[in-house]
Amino acid sequence: MTESATINVPVAQGNEDKYKLKMGPQHPATHGVLRVDLELDGETITDCDPKVGYLHRGFEKLAEHRTYAQNLVLTDRLDYMAAMANNVGYCEAVEKLLDIQVSNRARFLRVMVCEMARLASHLLWLATHALDIGAMTVFLYAFRERETLMEIFAELCGSRLTNTYTCLGGVRQDVTHEIMRKLDNFINEFPACIEEYETLIDTNRIWLKRTIGVAPVSAEMGLDLCLTGASLRGSGVDYDIRKHVPYAAYDQIDFEVPLGETGDTYARYRCRMEEMRQSNYILRQCIEKMPPGAIVGEDAPDLVMPTTPRKKVTADTSARQGLIKLIEDRDVYMEGDIYVATEVPKGELGFYFISDCKGKPYRMHIRSPSFIHIGALETLGKGVMVADLIAIIGTLDVVLGECDR
Amino acid sequence: MQILIILLQIAALLAIVLLHVAYTTYFERKIIGHMQVRMGPMLVGWHGLLQPIADGIKSFFKEDIIPEQADKPLFLAAPIICLVTMLASLAVLPFARGWVLADINIGLLFLFAMSSLASYGIILAGWASNSKYTFLGGMRSMAQVISYEIPMGLSLVGVMMLSGSLNLTEIVTAQGTSIFSIYLFPQIIGFFVFFIAMLAETNRVPFDLPEAETELVSGYLTEYSGMRYAMFFMAEYIGMMVMASIGTVCFLGGWNGPFEIPFFPPFWFILKVYGFLFLFIWIRATLPRYRYDQLMELGWKLLIPLALLNIFLTGLFKVFT
Amino acid sequence: MESILIAEDLRNNFPNAIFETQIHRGQFSSIVAPEPIVEMCRFLKEDYKMNHLNCLTGVDNLSRKGKHFERFEVIYQLYSIEYRVGLRLKAQIKDSEDPSIDSITSLWTGADWLERETFDLLGITFNEHPNLKRILTPEDWEGHPLQKTYKLKGNTEWNGFTKLKEKVKQLKQFDFYSAQEGTHSND
Repeated sequence: MTESATINVPVAQGNEDKYKLKMGPQHPATHGVLRVDLELDGETITDCDPKVGYLHRGFEKLAEHRTYAQNLVLTDRLDYMAAMANNVGYCEAVEKLLDIQVSNRARFLRVMVCEMARLASHLLWLATHALDIGAMTVFLYAFRERETLMEIFAELCGSRLTNTYTCLGGVRQDVTHEIMRKLDNFINEFPACIEEYETLIDTNRIWLKRTIGVAPVSAEMGLDLCLTGASLRGSGVDYDIRKHVPYAAYDQIDFEVPLGETGDTYARYRCRMEEMRQSNYILRQCIEKMPPGAIVGEDAPDLVMPTTPRKKVTADTSARQGLIKLIEDRDVYMEGDIYVATEVPKGELGFYFISDCKGKPYRMHIRSPSFIHIGALETLGKGVMVADLIAIIGTLDVVLGECDR
Repeated sequence: MQILIILLQIAALLAIVLLHVAYTTYFERKIIGHMQVRMGPMLVGWHGLLQPIADGIKSFFKEDIIPEQADKPLFLAAPIICLVTMLASLAVLPFARGWVLADINIGLLFLFAMSSLASYGIILAGWASNSKYTFLGGMRSMAQVISYEIPMGLSLVGVMMLSGSLNLTEIVTAQGTSIFSIYLFPQIIGFFVFFIAMLAETNRVPFDLPEAETELVSGYLTEYSGMRYAMFFMAEYIGMMVMASIGTVCFLGGWNGPFEIPFFPPFWFILKVYGFLFLFIWIRATLPRYRYDQLMELGWKLLIPLALLNIFLTGLFKVFT
Repeated sequence: MESILIAEDLRNNFPNAIFETQIHRGQFSSIVAPEPIVEMCRFLKEDYKMNHLNCLTGVDNLSRKGKHFERFEVIYQLYSIEYRVGLRLKAQIKDSEDPSIDSITSLWTGADWLERETFDLLGITFNEHPNLKRILTPEDWEGHPLQKTYKLKGNTEWNGFTKLKEKVKQLKQFDFYSAQEGTHSND
């Protein structure tokens, strides 16, 4: 028998009724390049094995060969739905490691862009989550508001997605009156928009049927799976880093942490919707309380991105010299390691740094929430139906750029 | 001579229906667009009016891709089965008194038969493509069609009982010309069941599970391209029109309206069909998708008992009046 | 409740396994021996309600000097949501050829993927891990990228990429231009 004539029939070993489906990495509902290997019994999933790494760019290795200032642009490419929040997280960590002071105005600006990024990210989550379940109108409604935020971002720092807005010691650009006016308009209109989404979704019987009781996560289970962010708060665990370890100006701002009870898909959805309301409230306070002053701390290093009022620094060599100089000058010639976490829209984004007295990090580890959430999919995806799996991927709010790093 | 006239009539009907299909897609995109704060097609022609023609030409000239592993004869036959059965069901629809190609006595049964046959096209497409997503789509379609044929048939039994006929023209005549004597009022339960089953039969939102794009990529359509894809598309839209026509004939009094339009008797019929089509599109813009088990539950646990209850009540009504 | 007290209590309970407790920028970390790591984590999780595993990762200490540092290090960052304190454990693994440590997946299911990642990028084996496979790099990848000895530029292409290139060459005949002109090629 020739080779071409042999038909490779898989040998049945007690599971001849099972159907294997490799969902992704090219699939409309996997939010990027996630691949999930499924074993189906009819429509029910009996085994779920997520495969990641299709977007692995080796950021952690790359960071060891670039200066602290240069690494900032890598963080834009993590969670590209909320690049601002990543920038802030990275800068907070490096500033703590190198002991750099941040001016008060910059702190408030950071809170402001963080919350704007949270809104943008949650709007995109709402849009895609609703589209995954089949409601396509919400998608375009949410994009309408996201567009306003993106325009504000573009005016603030020149780009819509990969912002690189912060720098070590502060932020790159100050806000103008025009931006503040636009933002003010936005936050005045936004609560009505949230209500609009809710009228589309919350009163819809099919939506409730598709989300209530789907993939319930108890508080213990959520902690066991290392979930963070709204995915954990939906189960009723009061863990929000903005309250627990306040960074930027969150200690000067009043807000509540919305908690769910049941921990199912619907509870997580409610949690994020309430978070959007809180973000709106925080933004209002930012506008009211915004202190005057410099946008960069007094002893901030004169390096990194060329900012308009400061003297121009050409990218590579002088930036590196600048940072090495900084470390020598400021007597932070200190070995040590640090773990700083911030609350990004997806959950807890942590940076673990080891400094060895050089201008580059000895080791940078990114604790990415999406990576851990996709890990949880392995547990949550068992025993549900295919349509539910899509809902679960949506409700965990993962982004593969952050997962694969 | 007789045959020639009939052939001409068939050609005219096909042309009109296919033109309607093209412009239903246009209006669907426009209506959904405006519901979703965007414009819909705007570039080809005035307000995108030539867009359907452009789409038709595009899909006609696209490369016809047949997967290597596909079961070729079935793969080629599936879209044709879908389209032909749907076109065949147009034959028995009475657009106005005497405006019908085949005025047969089992018109309603014929329609059921054709719409069941059309689902063979979908199932075969799912099987023949030899792809996992299409297979799942075909399976879903099979289960869905079987579960929803039954309540659909049962929901129309009440209409048959009241009119005493399966002939569509007679069903319309039996409803009289007054707006108050149409079967919508005595058969309100039947209409409710029929309407939901109609959405499921035509694979429209919220029952578009066979082609659920976020779950199964595009379901049974995944491997099709170009003209064959367009055939499925046409079949779906003709299916929508046929279902809307059945609804119009059986519940809304067919071509009868408040007053007669001279020279164009099907006016009211067409208006009612447009109303149904608008509802289809509106629902698509509003509702999320059901899950597979919920779909089955709805069909078997709610619609079939309701339809049976409707038959029972209609029977009582017939006995006591 | 403060981190220093927890670190002290940990030292009392595991006197031989704790080498040193450090403080850097207000964060406490204990350098520990790898053997009793599961017991230590369980002790912290149960007695001090450190039920949130922030971070688990590894470090290659090849070019880093320090008193207790061995070749490989596994970092466990724990946090108690109730008491709002955190503590970092740094387990030192001596064996530079075949580093291994016990898995803590029995305490946190979520540690599964974090340990797989550490195995993938640093080559540290986790004993009794349910499914220790590569996760971010392809399954037939050679070497562990985050080790300091890993060459930045290898001599050979990754196997999968070579295969892909061959496949592209094969499919070139179906290319739009070459089908039309016969000899046209893009490279």
